[in-house]
Amino acid sequence: MQIEITLTAPDDADYVASDLGFLLHKHPDHMHRRETSAGEVTIFYPEKSQDRTTAVMHLDVDPVGLVRGKTQHSDGLLAQYVNDRPYVASSFLSVAMGRAFAQSMAGKSKDRQALADRALPFEIRVVPVALSGDLDLVKRLFEPLGYTILTPSEIGEEQVVDLRLSATLRLADILKHLYVLVPVLDNFKHYYVSEEEIDKLLAKGEGWLSEHPEKELITRRALKHRRSLMNMALARLEETSPQDEEPEDAPKLKPEEQLEKPLRLHALRLDTVVEVLRQNNVTSVLDLGCGEGKLMSRLIKERVLARIVGVDASVRTLETAHRKLRLHQAGDAMAERVSLQLGSLTYGDRRWQGFDAATLVEVIEHIEPHRLSALVLSLFADARPRMVVMTTPNREYNVLFDGLKDGKLRHPDHRFEWTRAEFESWANIVAEEHGYSVSFTPLGPVDDTRGAPSQMAVFKQEDAV
Amino acid sequence: MTKISIPDFALVVLIGATGSGKSSFARKHFLETEIVSSDACRAIVSDDETDLAATADAFDLLDYTAAVRLKRRLMTVIDATSVKREDRAKLVQLARKYHALPVALVFDIDPRICHERNQNRPNRDFGEHVARNHAKSLRRGVRGLQKEGFRQVQIMKSPEEVDALEIIREPLWTDNRTDHGPFDIIGDVHGCFDELTELLGKLGYVIDPFEVDSEDLIRARHSEGRTAFFVGDITDRGPRNLDALRLVMGMCDEGSGRCVIGNHDFKLNKWLKGRNVTQAHGLDLTVSELEKTSETFRKRVSDFIWDLRSHAWLADGKLVIAHAGLKEEMHGRGSGHVRNFAMFGETTGEVDEFGLPVRLEWARDYRGKADVVFGHTPMAEAEWLNHTMCIDTGCVFGGKLTALRWPERETVSVPAKTQYAIPAKPLDADQSLSAQQDHDRLLYFDDYATKMRIETRFKSTLQIPEENSLAALEVMSRFAIDPRWLIYLPPTMAACPTAPEGPFLEHPDQAMDHFAGRGVTDLVVEEKHMGSRALLVIAKDADAAKARFGVEDGKAGVIYTRTGRPFFKDEVEEAAVVARIGKAMLSSGLWEELETDWVLLDAELMPWSAKAQDLLKRQYLPTVTAAMSSASAWLEAISKAGEIDGLDALSGRAETQFSNAELMGQTIDGYCWATDRIEDYRIAPFHILASEGNVHADRPHTWHMETLGKLAEADPILQTTGWKRIDLNNAANRETVVDWWMKHTGSGGEGLVFKPNAFILRGDKGLIQPAMKVRGRDYLRIIYGPDYDLPENIERLRQRGLGRKFSLAEREFKLGFEGLHRFVEGLPLSKVHECALAVLALESEPVDPRL
Repeated sequence: MQIEITLTAPDDADYVASDLGFLLHKHPDHMHRRETSAGEVTIFYPEKSQDRTTAVMHLDVDPVGLVRGKTQHSDGLLAQYVNDRPYVASSFLSVAMGRAFAQSMAGKSKDRQALADRALPFEIRVVPVALSGDLDLVKRLFEPLGYTILTPSEIGEEQVVDLRLSATLRLADILKHLYVLVPVLDNFKHYYVSEEEIDKLLAKGEGWLSEHPEKELITRRALKHRRSLMNMALARLEETSPQDEEPEDAPKLKPEEQLEKPLRLHALRLDTVVEVLRQNNVTSVLDLGCGEGKLMSRLIKERVLARIVGVDASVRTLETAHRKLRLHQAGDAMAERVSLQLGSLTYGDRRWQGFDAATLVEVIEHIEPHRLSALVLSLFADARPRMVVMTTPNREYNVLFDGLKDGKLRHPDHRFEWTRAEFESWANIVAEEHGYSVSFTPLGPVDDTRGAPSQMAVFKQEDAV
Repeated sequence: MTKISIPDFALVVLIGATGSGKSSFARKHFLETEIVSSDACRAIVSDDETDLAATADAFDLLDYTAAVRLKRRLMTVIDATSVKREDRAKLVQLARKYHALPVALVFDIDPRICHERNQNRPNRDFGEHVARNHAKSLRRGVRGLQKEGFRQVQIMKSPEEVDALEIIREPLWTDNRTDHGPFDIIGDVHGCFDELTELLGKLGYVIDPFEVDSEDLIRARHSEGRTAFFVGDITDRGPRNLDALRLVMGMCDEGSGRCVIGNHDFKLNKWLKGRNVTQAHGLDLTVSELEKTSETFRKRVSDFIWDLRSHAWLADGKLVIAHAGLKEEMHGRGSGHVRNFAMFGETTGEVDEFGLPVRLEWARDYRGKADVVFGHTPMAEAEWLNHTMCIDTGCVFGGKLTALRWPERETVSVPAKTQYAIPAKPLDADQSLSAQQDHDRLLYFDDYATKMRIETRFKSTLQIPEENSLAALEVMSRFAIDPRWLIYLPPTMAACPTAPEGPFLEHPDQAMDHFAGRGVTDLVVEEKHMGSRALLVIAKDADAAKARFGVEDGKAGVIYTRTGRPFFKDEVEEAAVVARIGKAMLSSGLWEELETDWVLLDAELMPWSAKAQDLLKRQYLPTVTAAMSSASAWLEAISKAGEIDGLDALSGRAETQFSNAELMGQTIDGYCWATDRIEDYRIAPFHILASEGNVHADRPHTWHMETLGKLAEADPILQTTGWKRIDLNNAANRETVVDWWMKHTGSGGEGLVFKPNAFILRGDKGLIQPAMKVRGRDYLRIIYGPDYDLPENIERLRQRGLGRKFSLAEREFKLGFEGLHRFVEGLPLSKVHECALAVLALESEPVDPRL
């Protein structure tokens, strides 16, 4: 990977382009090499005329050294595998710049201080960049700082780009911008990010970051998405109140929630389910596929519920639920009343016996259709709660969502979405085979031909008193 | 000397005042670990064995310790005063819970002697009244000990009597673990004498001549000394109850037969003992036959039934026989509850320790390893369910009389000559799924969400940590195919030891040396294809699949990945490939040759891009593009710069980087092509893992390759795999293989795999690696990065550690084949699934993924 800095001098300039050598403290006639922790840095000048001089800083990252002993930084095991890290501009490049151009970045030049203090016409090339985002991101990051984007004009499938910019700015500012923004483009840091990183970020961001419209995105990515650090950094930028949610890299449910947001559909679903439980004098609930505990947090407020158990297949999701439901602070009484279980909807589970009700809110569509029979067996034949409340999207409604492509499902993990007729026919068979009665309710605003966005089935055991 | 014998599994309660000599007695007769003493518990919880303030906690510990020991079926001796009735009641309760016999040994010693002893012991200088009070309450209760529930009571009235007592331990009546049979376990006879004699004949028993209308016992024996084991219910409902009794009693007397008690036998004895019983359920028929017999004979019958045990725990604990079955926690134990369960089965209306209703179908929840064979409930067929089998096939109701040969696990039956009685409920109608398959439609999460210990037939037990099991369960439940299809997951394969020098990181020499060094010289070497691992379960048709796998999805087969996911997103495409392979099996004659209607093939499915599209897009192609882009920008800058000292050397380096990246791209391209039609796939099977009745790990690889070669001829989507058998003692053979490897990998091939021809071989230190890959120089570029073979890189890469990978390959191999054997033997799916889950769990262990 390399960075190329070109200083141009118009005919009437009071300086020559080869003064770049003085600004960078690197003689244009020599090759400069140095070892840095990031790899071997080579600096030389492929072009050195009066009106146009280019310095190249090439960084040769050791691909073998990168893998060895670095597992703690790794992105899971894949980092041990072949990856683009040794070849693309990233935090490695920033580290190398910090070492090679420390003086220039501080705005100092032994022989041309006046030039160092002035905005000059530069062209910048960073190649290759593994862009984590689209062209718009590049614009949003650089244009507010006064850059013109020369290339790329479009981005291929592999998202490896040759970034060329031009701007009339002080060299020190350009170097600082690149130092901060290159890893932001790449959205990866090869080292552990601690509080110290805030100091580095604020030092390099001094004078521009607090005014940058994308300062949140920059801060978040620069601090490797560590929210606490990000909040501290934003506070020190004397900025807006800290954020609660991560707007980007958000939980997986995002696309579906985004779609349904204007309808406040999820809240409606949860409220309706709680109301159904209330009307049926339920005292114990098994929330299957509890996720992060949105339904459970409503159930906890229902004092008549003596036992609430949430089940999810993902340990990580349950940990989040545990935190959000504040179960870590729960007293004994609460702990006895509310608990979380790792479980699976395609296996039976003896711990599911003896509940009044089971709820499956937007859950069944995450199960492969051919595995639904296992869920039916375990729930309706084995666990046999007195009632089962189930909601699932109504596929017919999808065409009414803005931004949902034709034939697409609302969430990438949805294995299927059913029409009303499909859901009802499946539910009727399940009910009949296992001695339950079932009724259906649309959830959300009802369209004349397409029904409501979501649908609910309430199963009741027929011999239940 | 007074001798008493107690069962070797019992709860022995020593009852006596302080100073009465209980502890010395206990130490004399029992192991230190068998004694749970209140003083010791007090010391554990308070550092002071006389601290009375710690008594409550000490007894909690005592109760807990005793409970755990009893649960584990260990002799337990309670050394506490236990002079109070309520203290003893708790202990009796404990014994009942774990089905242990409560035994009371009473130390009724003069309180003055006790006090005197206490005076001489440190920390026991309490007043005389203490021992006196103890003695008083002891005497109050001593006569009622039997009533309290103690099944054996021994009272010692003086120190001399205490010294004179000798304790002999005997196995419980039900503990017949030293009896290994072999057995012919025979279902409920119910007076079907004719069918019984026919069945015995079929089983190879010879019956002595006998007279009809006699009271003499009828004797029979097996020429090879087998034992006929009756599950009880000898009489009632059938036509020849008396003769049935004569024969069963005769065989038991002879030693060629054994019997456990059934509910009908129990009731019959009630009548024999003159108690008032309703003569229903066919008892009247037996009664009318027996009324004509002599009193002596009836007494003999009564004694016979009286001596029948609730169940028999046999063959090192591998077999349990009980009339109505028996839960695992009752095996080899004795209590009223055990006897009731064994005779009548689960009683209704009961709640378990969680307050949940206990299920009636104990066999569904049975997870023990011992086979439990029982009768009691007439069924249409005798079938295994979770290692249990009901062999009451309703002979008296017109069904058949069935015997199970054990340990052979084969059933033998004779049909009823007629229907002698009308069943209350018709014998279970024929169903398309077997009892086990019906049960296996659902597996239980709580069977696996724990640290798993899996015993394999490869002389090792493998442990899976809980967090790995949980991770595997999550992956299984979110992505895997139906577990009924998922009978096997393949092991990872060891990479060869690293080449010590030269341009190669891997070279055939090291693989061959590895095997030769372990004395394995007969190898089969096979081309390794670069695609994705695919497991193909192919049945003759959907009906055959349903019959064998119990699946209900109408498929005739499935194709899944090495992590158990469906290989094809599109089920229609999958079905089309399955159908073609099924056809190839047919036309190549393999269905007949293997005598099967299903087969499991291990294969590589190409192109790589078919399954790895995402990986290619996210990882490999961007790497190639980035490496090329980086190198070309560098080259461009260098060439522009012209003459600068030192730049020349860099130019060479940049050129190498560029061409390496390009080479990596070309290598990848070779493994990718479009798959718009079924014909675009290439499937290269290399193992016939299993078919009906067989796991083919006992066949040499030459057989696998030759047989699969025939299959591949039948359809162009099947690709043959080049292979050679080599003898490592032959230098020319070795050279040929190296040449082949050079040629194969030089033209885009991934590499070669070296396998001991024998498939499974044991060495001094466990299993010989069943396979070892030697990958080519270009292929490894995809794995280690474009510049991996630059001298400064390859030298460092040689430092790779292979130990974990070897160990993982060995463990996964064992688990995979254990699971297959279990499936082929018809074990419950939960036992098969356990192995697949364990392989997946092991895959979550951190191992260098480049190996």
